[in-house]
Amino acid sequence: MAHSSLLSYAIWVPIIGGLLVLAVGDRRAEAARWLALLVSLAAFAVTIPLFTGFDTRTAAMQFSERVAWIPSLNIFYHLGIDGISLWFILLTSFLTVLVVISSWRNVKERVAQFMAAFLIMEGMMIGVFCALDAILFYVFWEAMLIPMFLIIGVWGGPRRVYATIKFFLYTFLGSVLMLVALLYLYYHSNSSFSLLVFQKTPLGMTAQILIFLAFFLAFAVKIPMWPMHTWLPDAHVEAPTAGSVILAAVMLKMGAYGFLRLSLPIVPDASHKLAWLMILLSLIAIIYVALVAIVQEDMKKLIAYSSIAHMGFVTLGFFVFDSVAIDGSIIQMLSHGFISAAMFLCVGVLYDRMHTRNIKAYGGVANVMPIFAALMMLFAMGNVGLPGTSGFVGEFMVVLGTYQVSPWAAILAATGLITGASYTLWLFKRAIFGGVTHPEVAGLKDLDGREMLVLGTLAAFTLLLGLWPAPFLNIVHSSVQHLVTQVSLSKIPA
Amino acid sequence: MWAFDWLNAFPPLAVYLAIPLAPLAGSLMAGFWGWKLRGQAHWAPITGVIIALYLSLAVLWQASHGITFYGNVYTWAILGHLPVSIGFDIDSLTALMLVIVTFVSLCVHLYTIGYMHGDPGYARFFSYIALFTFSMIMLVMSNNFLQIFFGWEAVGLVSYLLIGFWFQRESANVAALKAFIVNRVGDFGFLIGIAAIYHYCGSLDYRTVFAAIPHLVGQTLEIIPGHPWSVLTWIALLLFIGAMGKSAQVPLHVWLPESMEGPTPISALIHAATMVTAGIFMVARMSPIYEQSATALTVVLIIGAVTALFMGLIGLVQNDIKRIIAYSTLSQLGYMTAALGASAFSAAIFHLMTHAFFKALLFLAAGSVIHAMANEQDIRKMGGLRKAMPITYITFLIGSLALSGIPPFAGFFSKDLIIEAVGLSTLPGAGWAELMLVVGAFVTALYTFRMFFLVFHGTPRMDEHTRSHLHESPLVITIPLIALAIPAIYAGWAYIGPIGFGHFLDSSLVIAPQLNTVGEISTHWQGTGEFLLHGLLAWPFWLALSGIAVATWFYWLRPGLPVALTRFLSPFIWVLESKYGFDAFNQTVLVRGVLQLGRLFWHVGDERLIDGIMVNGTAREIGKTASSWRRVQTGYIYHYAFAMIIGLILLMTYFVVWRG
Repeated sequence: MAHSSLLSYAIWVPIIGGLLVLAVGDRRAEAARWLALLVSLAAFAVTIPLFTGFDTRTAAMQFSERVAWIPSLNIFYHLGIDGISLWFILLTSFLTVLVVISSWRNVKERVAQFMAAFLIMEGMMIGVFCALDAILFYVFWEAMLIPMFLIIGVWGGPRRVYATIKFFLYTFLGSVLMLVALLYLYYHSNSSFSLLVFQKTPLGMTAQILIFLAFFLAFAVKIPMWPMHTWLPDAHVEAPTAGSVILAAVMLKMGAYGFLRLSLPIVPDASHKLAWLMILLSLIAIIYVALVAIVQEDMKKLIAYSSIAHMGFVTLGFFVFDSVAIDGSIIQMLSHGFISAAMFLCVGVLYDRMHTRNIKAYGGVANVMPIFAALMMLFAMGNVGLPGTSGFVGEFMVVLGTYQVSPWAAILAATGLITGASYTLWLFKRAIFGGVTHPEVAGLKDLDGREMLVLGTLAAFTLLLGLWPAPFLNIVHSSVQHLVTQVSLSKIPA
Repeated sequence: MWAFDWLNAFPPLAVYLAIPLAPLAGSLMAGFWGWKLRGQAHWAPITGVIIALYLSLAVLWQASHGITFYGNVYTWAILGHLPVSIGFDIDSLTALMLVIVTFVSLCVHLYTIGYMHGDPGYARFFSYIALFTFSMIMLVMSNNFLQIFFGWEAVGLVSYLLIGFWFQRESANVAALKAFIVNRVGDFGFLIGIAAIYHYCGSLDYRTVFAAIPHLVGQTLEIIPGHPWSVLTWIALLLFIGAMGKSAQVPLHVWLPESMEGPTPISALIHAATMVTAGIFMVARMSPIYEQSATALTVVLIIGAVTALFMGLIGLVQNDIKRIIAYSTLSQLGYMTAALGASAFSAAIFHLMTHAFFKALLFLAAGSVIHAMANEQDIRKMGGLRKAMPITYITFLIGSLALSGIPPFAGFFSKDLIIEAVGLSTLPGAGWAELMLVVGAFVTALYTFRMFFLVFHGTPRMDEHTRSHLHESPLVITIPLIALAIPAIYAGWAYIGPIGFGHFLDSSLVIAPQLNTVGEISTHWQGTGEFLLHGLLAWPFWLALSGIAVATWFYWLRPGLPVALTRFLSPFIWVLESKYGFDAFNQTVLVRGVLQLGRLFWHVGDERLIDGIMVNGTAREIGKTASSWRRVQTGYIYHYAFAMIIGLILLMTYFVVWRG
């Protein structure tokens, strides 16, 4: 194949570029910024042929690369993508460009290290989305946490140490069992670490359930699913804006991606058996966490809880095993990538000016920042799931798909329509509408060109995906059909 | 017709597309370039709406000649194997709604030039109302459930933005938030209904769904195990929850009176003439579904009748001119809903139309009054305005007579038709419904003319400064009033034949033979004159007249009487003034309950149980047993990263050496 090393470029261009930025050093901040922008644009550019050259008719892995890595253990540097992974790779490379632009001025310390951390993390995250070898997957999976630890720990807020420890405890403990499960699979698949081989390996029910639970811990922490979600609000609150953007927009999707790539196809019987639990936890996320979001007083916490509630739709969609629902879940993830990124950027815009995230410190921002208020209203409506924005598409499809299987689950999930509107618009009412009551607010400046560029781009995608999701779904569809077939076939040896 | 002939040169789809896109383009122009256009921002939206009105008239003319259209514009998405498209269903019902929407919208656009003149949000306002026109057009033109839901929520969004238009005001923001959330409760039902339709019919396209409906008759489902329900009743009731939200039926009516916080032009356009009638339109559009479920129709009938009477009663004790008209709108929407329940879909649409004209007229005239009164809305502080504002006075009177159902004004015909149809309905509870609607006719006339006399007659009660500045509004305000007054006079007798009884809407509606109340009336139909005479001998007309008489006596001739009566009727008035306690219940039980629950989950669930016991507890236990952990938890990320990599290498070494 002509494009055979595209995926490697997508992974290594940002990583090597990130190292170059690091080499430029913090003292030449301006040069580091420009180089980082250049690298992120180049990294985005190399992912575009993945889209243009993608064959939507097949569910097979495309752009595959396979090189022996540790031959004695049958470990391969094995990459490949299907319709499920493609959008997340594009989302990652696209958002990294926006993150670099949005951090242009408001990160003042250790600029080169900051930019480098994001670029290196970009490569590793893309690595997770295309790894087809279990060890390679695991290495990227764990390695991408390091830059994120650094971003929160070095550039974070006052309670950053607590937040990073919590983040670490959750994610590390969660992932350890996944490694054990992968090793178990290795022994039961004739010493192969290939995820594609794992998918064909017959497994007994007990083994499947144990493996499912091990995977579940790793993925549920990342998404995060209730009750493993309490690290996220803390991490978001302490993370710098750019860190929150990547955390919400991409890193949360890792867990969901793990369910699709590993849990469902590798242990389909256990997935069916435990679907009730997953549906239950998803509904708790949608209802319980949404109620918690309503009463938040810190803007970032509110949006963090709203993220968890939105991810509840994603996991709900997975475990009804309906192709419309899973399509919807993937669209929901993509949409959440745009909207949560935008919401965190909006909070960042305010934070940069006021240095507080407390909702009470605001009020009447629309009077002094009309352009910002208009854009944030669009994203708020996306968060609410208004038709015409991307936020609607996924929720709509998940509710439709879920109703096929369980009307009650659909009804409970659809309460998100009401709670979502409540917390988002109440936030908007308190922070953006109203008269100016705080003198600090009166002096606020509206968006500058850079902020407008970043938010405007996200607004365009939010609308595009909402008004015409067909091309997005087209890419996903064959792979999801294939996955639904896979998961419907029992793997228990006769 | 010669005026529309040149449109034949274009493909029909292009003409239909232009109807929503013209106002959208106007909205975007005003939105993006408003800061530059400022006082001239109205040109683009008005041009867009004029184009839409002209094309709508062309479509109505075509529809009256049997030219309809059903087709898709583009494929929105493919759900599984089902393509879901954005598309148009152009028939007589759609055409009629298009003309109503664009005509009232144009009047309101023109009126706004005068009413909002000098407001800092002038361009924003035009951008919003043009966007509203676009959304409403998309809603009525839709040929599938996805698009109607899009339009449904989009008009809700614009309504939210416009209620909170003066966003510096706390009360406006609260009202806007409330409107959106209450509407969302309705939309929640609507969405589940759509999911149920998708499940049982395998499609979201109207024609496919309606074709599948007869096959669902007799099918049941068990939402609560052990209780089989009819699938069609389930679907119809879920969709009706949506209609209750948008068309403000009890108990989801609470948002509409408060929506009066918005500027008056939008009260006329959105919260009287068009958006709130979307629920009526939707149920009429779904007549093939509703006609299969007598249970659902009964619910619709009763809810409508209850809203019609009890919301009208609240109107008696209100003193804010806009709120009186708002409660009147609730009550009239109740009439329409009751008509739907009695399967008198054509009567509901007919009343929707006449109501759009006379209610928009009343609101705009009220706006003219408020304008002259320097933003005073309390009718107790008005009085004697008829001399200063003759055009407003006459047009307001026309609107009041139409609303009260006095012949030959428009409201008489449509309301009388509804009451007769409900009287013929054989559904359980129809007798009670009819009684409520008949009493409602008295109440309507009473609150309308109470307002009318307190505003325009009697002694002036405003302060000297305001009185000296009383003036008739400029032409840009009075011309829309006159434009709306004309149909408020003649639309009743002119159109009851074709729309109420005739076959104009036949192709859009499905009516089961055993429920065909309007059909039964039409067998006796001998022309407008006969209907009028018949109406003059019926209860509603005499009750309306006596309502006016009582109002005249109390509020014009013997203004001291109401005070004396108030003491006598105080418990009754207290119930009405507390609006039957809906707001208090929502505030103290629902809102506070949700907030308490949220805090409970947050502080106890998340902080104490999950974090306190599971997370920090685990960390503490580990810390106790292995002191080395304390040193790991130093916060230095390098350590963690290092530990992980070491761990990985150790594991790999283990496999290489011992297992490899």
